[in-house]
Amino acid sequence: MPQQAALYRRLTVEENLLLFARLEGHEDPRRSAEEMLELTGLGERRGEIVARLSGGNQQRINIAIGLLSRPAVLLLDEPSVGLDPRQRSRLWEFVSALADRGTTVIFSTHDIQEAERYGGRLLVLADGEALFDGPPAELREAVRREAPEAADRDFETAFVAYLHHRGH
Amino acid sequence: MRGIRWLLLKDLQILRRSPLQAVLLVAYPILIAVLVGFAISRGPEKPRVAFLNEVPAGTRITVGGAELPQANVKGRICSRVECLFVSDREEAEAKVKSGDVLAALILPANLVNKINSLSTLTPGVPEVEVLVNEENAVKAELVDDRITTLLAQANLAVARRIGSEGGRYLDLIVNGGEFKALGGSFHILGLRASAKILEAVTPALPPGLQAPLKEVTAFAAQARDNLDVAKPLIARLAQPIKVDKVVVGGQSPPLEIFAIAVAATLTLAFVVVLLVAGSLALEREENAFPRLTRGLISTNGLLGEKVLLGVAVGLVVTLLMLLGMQFFVPLELGRIGLWLVAILFSGAALGAAGAALGAAAREVRAVSLLAFMVTLPIAFLSLVPSGAVSPAVFDAIRYVTALFPFKPALQAITAGLDETGPGIGGPLLHLAVLAFAYAAIARLALRRFTAV
Repeated sequence: MPQQAALYRRLTVEENLLLFARLEGHEDPRRSAEEMLELTGLGERRGEIVARLSGGNQQRINIAIGLLSRPAVLLLDEPSVGLDPRQRSRLWEFVSALADRGTTVIFSTHDIQEAERYGGRLLVLADGEALFDGPPAELREAVRREAPEAADRDFETAFVAYLHHRGH
Repeated sequence: MRGIRWLLLKDLQILRRSPLQAVLLVAYPILIAVLVGFAISRGPEKPRVAFLNEVPAGTRITVGGAELPQANVKGRICSRVECLFVSDREEAEAKVKSGDVLAALILPANLVNKINSLSTLTPGVPEVEVLVNEENAVKAELVDDRITTLLAQANLAVARRIGSEGGRYLDLIVNGGEFKALGGSFHILGLRASAKILEAVTPALPPGLQAPLKEVTAFAAQARDNLDVAKPLIARLAQPIKVDKVVVGGQSPPLEIFAIAVAATLTLAFVVVLLVAGSLALEREENAFPRLTRGLISTNGLLGEKVLLGVAVGLVVTLLMLLGMQFFVPLELGRIGLWLVAILFSGAALGAAGAALGAAAREVRAVSLLAFMVTLPIAFLSLVPSGAVSPAVFDAIRYVTALFPFKPALQAITAGLDETGPGIGGPLLHLAVLAFAYAAIARLALRRFTAV
C-alpha cells in the first residue's frame, strides 16, 4: 500500500470501491463495495466525494481498495503520515480490526510509539542494519538495558539513546 | 477489455463531475474554431461608399441600335462595397466629409447618353464622379481598387459592344447589305459587289479607260482584303490580353469548406490532446497509475483506454460542431461516413500524441499547459500556405507539421467534407503511422510511471 492514497479524489467513496472491485473482477462488485464500506465504517459517507474526506478517512479507503484484492498479507508504507491524532487513531482502529480478522499486516513507520502500540512484532532498521527483531515488550526491555540513563524518560527519547549506544 | 470499459466509465464520471472543466474543454476550442473559421471564410471588410445614381430610370445603353443587356449597375457596385444610397450630390459630399463614408460614387444623368454616343460619329466622353475621403490610407486604396475594377469592367463591356458594332460596319462596307439609320433603310453595295460590277463592265469599255478602271478594281480588292483583316483587330481591341488560367497543382475545396475543416480540426485537436494528456496525467497525480498497472490493467490497455476516451469525446464534439455548421454552410450529409472515418483516424493519432505528452509530465496542470503550447503553434504552422514564407522556411514548416497529426487530420477532414479537395487515403495512412509512432513513444514514456 503506497504512503499516499492511490484513489480518485473526484469520485465518491462508493464509486472508488466499485471501480476497483470491478477491475479486480469480483463477481458481485456491489457486495464487495458494501463489505468494504462496512469494514471502514464509512457506509454513511458512501456518496461523498473523496477529496472532501479527511486524510485518515482517505487512507482507510485506500487500504480498503487494497483489501479488495483479498491479499494474504497487507503491506502498509507509513500509513499514518500526515494524519492528526484523531485520524491516526481511527486508522489504527481499522487496521487492528483487519489483523483481528486474520489479515497479516506489515507496516513501516518512523514513529516508534506507534510501532510499539500497534505492532505485534517489531523489526528495527537503522541505516540498513537490523538492530532488533521481536515483540514490543522485548524492545522496551532492550532499550532499558542498553540505555539505562534514559530509562526514566519517555520511550521515544530512550529509544534514541538506545540507537546512539548502537552506533546510530 | 473489461478493465478498459470500467476505466472509461470512471473517466467520464470524473469529467461529468467537473462541469467547468468539461465546458471549458469543449467550449474553448469550439470558440477558437468558430473564430478562426469566420476569420478565414470572411473576405476583407467592405468599404462604405455613398452611391448616387442620377441616370433617369429606364435609360438603356444602346450601341449601334442594339441595347446592351441589363447591367444591374447598382447590384454590381453594392456587391463590392457597402452602399449608402444618397438622394443628391450635397448629401454625398457631406457623407464623405463627415467620414460616414470613405467615398461617394456619382453616376451623372447624362452618363448613358454619352455612352450611347460612343458608336456615333460624334462620340462624347462618359464620366463618373468619385468623391474620396483619404483619411484612412488602406481603406482609400481599397476604394480606389474596387471602383477602378468596376469601371474597367464597364469599359470592357462597352468596348466589346463598340468593337462588335465596328465589325458590323466593316462587314457592311466589304460585303454590302442593309443599313438602318434615321428611321430609314439604305442598301449598301459593298466593296466585293463593286469590284464584281467593275470587272464585268471593264471589257466593254474603250481600251483607254480599261487601265485606270482596272486600278480602281484592284484597289477595291485590296481594301476588301485589308478590311477583312481589320475586323479581328477591332475585336481584339476590346480585350487585348486574354487570361488563360491553368491549374497545374493543388486541388482545393471551396473556401468555406476549408474554413469549416480548419474549425473542426482545431476543435478535435484541442479536445482530444488536452483530454488524453490530462487524464493520463491525472492517473499519475492521483497515485493510481502504479496500483492500476500492478495487475489490474496493462500499460497498453490503459493507453488504449485514454485514446479511446479522447476519440469518443472528440467524435461527439466535432460531429456536433459540424452539424451546427450546417446552419451556416450546407455540408454534404451523404459523405458523413467519410467524416466519421476522418475524425476517427484523426482522433486516434491526436490521442496518441496526447498520450505521449501526458506521459512526459507529472501534473495535470503542467501537462495541460504543455499540450496547449504544442498544439496551438503546430495548428497555426499547419495553416501557413506556400509562398507566404521563404521556400527554406516553408520546407522546415512542412517537416515539422508532418510530425504532428494536425495537418494530416486537417487534410483528412477536408477530404471527408468535400470531394474537390485532395484524396483521403494519403492523410489516413499518415495519421495511422503517426498514431503508432506516438503510441510507441507514450508506451516508452510510461515506463517511468511504472518504475516509481
